[in-house]
Amino acid sequence: MKSAVVVFPGINRERDMARALRLISGRDPAMVWHADSALPVGTDLVVIPGGFSYGDYLRCGAIAARAPIMDAVRAFAAKGGLVLAVCNGFQIACEAGLLPGVLMRNAQLRFICRDIFLRVERSDTPFTRGYNAGQVIRIPVAHGEGNYIADGETIARLEGEGRVLFRYSSPDGIIDPNWNHNGAMNGIAGIINERGNVLGMMPHPENHVEASMGRTDGRGLFAGLVDHFKAAA
Amino acid sequence: MKARVTVTLKPGILDPQGKAIEGALRSLGVGGVTSVRQGKVFDIEIEGGDRAGAESALKSAADKLLANTVIENYRIEVGGK
Repeated sequence: MKSAVVVFPGINRERDMARALRLISGRDPAMVWHADSALPVGTDLVVIPGGFSYGDYLRCGAIAARAPIMDAVRAFAAKGGLVLAVCNGFQIACEAGLLPGVLMRNAQLRFICRDIFLRVERSDTPFTRGYNAGQVIRIPVAHGEGNYIADGETIARLEGEGRVLFRYSSPDGIIDPNWNHNGAMNGIAGIINERGNVLGMMPHPENHVEASMGRTDGRGLFAGLVDHFKAAA
Repeated sequence: MKARVTVTLKPGILDPQGKAIEGALRSLGVGGVTSVRQGKVFDIEIEGGDRAGAESALKSAADKLLANTVIENYRIEVGGK
């Protein structure tokens, strides 16, 4: 799996992401600067990592979404290339029109940095084939604006088309407002686009991939992607 | 030419920051406040004196960047000199 990590000024999770990709795919990702206009030839997976691109000025992800490299990312996605957008990356993907909806200020107005539980809703996608449907995983979050909202029609489509891949849940997989730490509609933590090749998610799977991190629940996502490309080869 | 673009949240969009400000005003004892919604104001200088051209440039700026029209509305005012 040849991956490319897009780097914007103010991003700070790109090295965590690169480390996880290297560990699980056995290959160093290409680090692609925001001012570049092309992705490396032969890229299988584009990752938009987390952080605070452009200091979250204007709106989270708004300025990064208009950076030159994003035209290449949009073209890559339009051809069916896989894009993984995590945290600020999810915000950037929404602002760039790759995914519907918006990530608003957390309902409790607090920046939340801790482990949360996610219920994996489907296992039949390249992003979630490393998990079982209904499986609960424990993954860190670190965001102030992760409260997913969209208009009623969009939410109905996301739900109707099975495009919610991760939902905030209790450790037993119960969807309950008490376990929805940021107030996201329907407990939405991660969604895919219509075509199923762009995933945006607020939690950080790259931060739970080694025993030394305390948990390895995030490995399934990367291992699943590696398997996906192996199966396709 | 001076211009101003005002971006506000659409009605019905939850505004937790506005709510917090509303609560703070109440605890300060400011009377009669029933609702606060937070928005953004952009003061922009445009060269030349072409009002219509300025308005269309600002509309494009608002649509492309200043506002996220999924959740926000905007208003453009083009002033005098």
